[in-house]
Amino acid sequence: MSSSAVALKEIVESVIESHQGKIGALLPVLHSIQDKLGHIPPESISMMAAAMSLSRAEIHGVMSFYHDFRGEPAGENILHLCRAEACQAMGSRELEHHAKERLGIDYGETTPDGLFTLEPVYCLGNCSCSPSLRVNDELHARVTAEKFDDLIAQMEARD
Amino acid sequence: MAIRVFVPRDATACALGADAVAKLIREGAAGRGLDVEVIRNGSRGAFWLEPMVEVETDSGRLAFGPVGAADVPGLFEAGFPGEAQHPLALGLVDGISWLARQQRLTFVRAGLIDPVSLEDYQSLRGYVGLARALEMAPQAIVDEVKESGLRGRGGAAFPTGIKWQTVLDTVADQKYIVCNADEGDSGTFADRLLMEADPYQMIEGMTIAGLAVGATEGYIYLRSEYPHCRKVLSEALSRAEQAGFLGTGICGSNRDFSIDLRIGAGAYICGEETSLLDSLEGKRGLIRFKPPLPAIKGLMGLPTVVNNVLSLGAISTILAEGAAHYRDFGTGRSRGTLTVQLAGNIKRGGLVELPFGATLRELVEDYGGGTASGRPVRAIQVGGPLGTYLPQSQWDVALDYEALAEIGGMLGHGGIVVFDDSVDLAQQARFAMEFCAVESCGKCTPCRIGSVRGVEVIDRIVANEERAFNLEVLDDLCDTMVEGSLCAMGGLTPYPVRSAIKHFPEDFNR
Ligand SMILES: Cc1cc2nc3c(=O)[nH]c(=O)nc-3n(C[C@H](O)[C@H](O)[C@H](O)COP(=O)(O)O)c2cc1C
Ligand code: SF4
Ligand code: FES
Repeated sequence: MSSSAVALKEIVESVIESHQGKIGALLPVLHSIQDKLGHIPPESISMMAAAMSLSRAEIHGVMSFYHDFRGEPAGENILHLCRAEACQAMGSRELEHHAKERLGIDYGETTPDGLFTLEPVYCLGNCSCSPSLRVNDELHARVTAEKFDDLIAQMEARD
Repeated sequence: MAIRVFVPRDATACALGADAVAKLIREGAAGRGLDVEVIRNGSRGAFWLEPMVEVETDSGRLAFGPVGAADVPGLFEAGFPGEAQHPLALGLVDGISWLARQQRLTFVRAGLIDPVSLEDYQSLRGYVGLARALEMAPQAIVDEVKESGLRGRGGAAFPTGIKWQTVLDTVADQKYIVCNADEGDSGTFADRLLMEADPYQMIEGMTIAGLAVGATEGYIYLRSEYPHCRKVLSEALSRAEQAGFLGTGICGSNRDFSIDLRIGAGAYICGEETSLLDSLEGKRGLIRFKPPLPAIKGLMGLPTVVNNVLSLGAISTILAEGAAHYRDFGTGRSRGTLTVQLAGNIKRGGLVELPFGATLRELVEDYGGGTASGRPVRAIQVGGPLGTYLPQSQWDVALDYEALAEIGGMLGHGGIVVFDDSVDLAQQARFAMEFCAVESCGKCTPCRIGSVRGVEVIDRIVANEERAFNLEVLDDLCDTMVEGSLCAMGGLTPYPVRSAIKHFPEDFNR
């Protein structure tokens, strides 16, 4: 095993250990791995399968069912743009169009500089002050095209 | 003594800059040598006034809002935190009519307290219900819940006491309490607001549920889209545990109850209780066939209470104040209060809690003040993404479960999403199908495939390709989905679609 595979195995094992004995530990385990590594590396799946007595197909099935889990690294910043009705009522369709154009990517894609990944989300619970955008764990309300551009520019400058 | 200033830590308030405002107030006060204590309270749900800053005085709390970071220096210059003459000064909070006219039962503490302070919670009758429940026999607790007339607030409005009776009556070594905090419906945020403003209410409710049915383990299934909420809940749970309100021997009794906070992974369908249970078991969130009911075979095949956040919150009030207190708030079969969320294109959006009986028009016009854009309201979607679009002729409907059902609508979780006259109902119908396609659990063909076909057919109708024929195809497709779907995802998606076609035909005929 390569040194990176050894390191990965250590992470996976310590995560599984920390959720030992829990009912339905797979979701918390997947979340923890993704929190630590930004994604679920394909090599980690057989490690989880072995340690948790699950088949690789089962783990794949679970990963692909949920929108949150990703098998590949995301950009430095994840932008979740709300596509649901309250935000639509406040112009999120136009904002969505603008965002894709400004970043030059579609949903599920990452900008070539690796700074941004754009994802759709269906409601962020901020529906009185729409449109809503989640940048990593930070929420933004009443987002206009200008506000979007400002946020992007700030993050680009920080880089 | 320090002057107490409150700046909400609620997600919407933060999205509007509350963190920066809190920081600037601390710095501004320090710079001026003022003795100010900034407390991060929850929101009262008047989101149109957020960030709303409150200052405690002898005659009550003075409010300022909406306060942006740029307003803070000007506020200090005008005399803040003293009685400041400032355009953002709203006077006493209790005098803000949008709030004063409400009758807060579930949200009575929201915004008043530091959400994670047990002391604050207990100073306002928190944990009174649990103390009482600890003295009661399980059947007596269940009877009290039955008498209150509480119906589940997650959408299906099933009587909570009857559900608990089933779990109590089912013999098993282990039973579970599951709090459904998946709040997936767009246009809703009442669960989030309660959890971020007054989390112990629901935690106490879960504990009482455990005592009532004989469960020692509880799970909160919180959607991953709520990171702020997650922070508040984890903090509240660990404090409750440290103080002996959770864990072994709660409150010095010989009863145990613990709660594990679990995070969803971005799947709308996991709000449905059986899908949620599969997800908690670490599986894909597929809908289960019912029966067996989760009350009999739930988590890990064992008897399980699954209740919504607001239902469990109401439990602490019912036990603290008695069943009659809760029941007397309602009308007919809708007991307790109505909590609605004013969302979308609305001038004064937020959470409104009232006795049942108000009409949709009263809410949108009196409380909501019409649209944010200033244009006329054209359509209102009530009850989340599976709820119908109501045209003007239906806005006098009373907002209760039965009255809405009579016109083919549903109250659901109480989301009210307002659209102005720029809305295109054909696009809204298309979105309903698209959402179903994205979020279907995939178990039944009419839902999984029908929704994809639905999007295509609506596109053809809009493009005027064989329009009359395709409208018929869409109608058939809706029938198939209604009849052939195992759950409300596929079964109700046709409702918003059909209401759009029925009430706004011109949008399909351009
Ligand atoms: C598609 C679908 C999504 C649902 N989403 C939620 C939800 O997000 N939150 C919730 O409390 N109930 C939701 N429900 C209702 C639950 O299945 C269940 O009725 C509820 O959690 C029971 O709690 P209650 O009796 O306290 O309302 C959903 C139902 C369906 C069919
Ligand atoms: S109707 Fe849709 S979401 Fe519901 S069980 Fe069938 S496929 Fe799953
Ligand atoms: S619909 Fe966008 S935040 Fe709720």
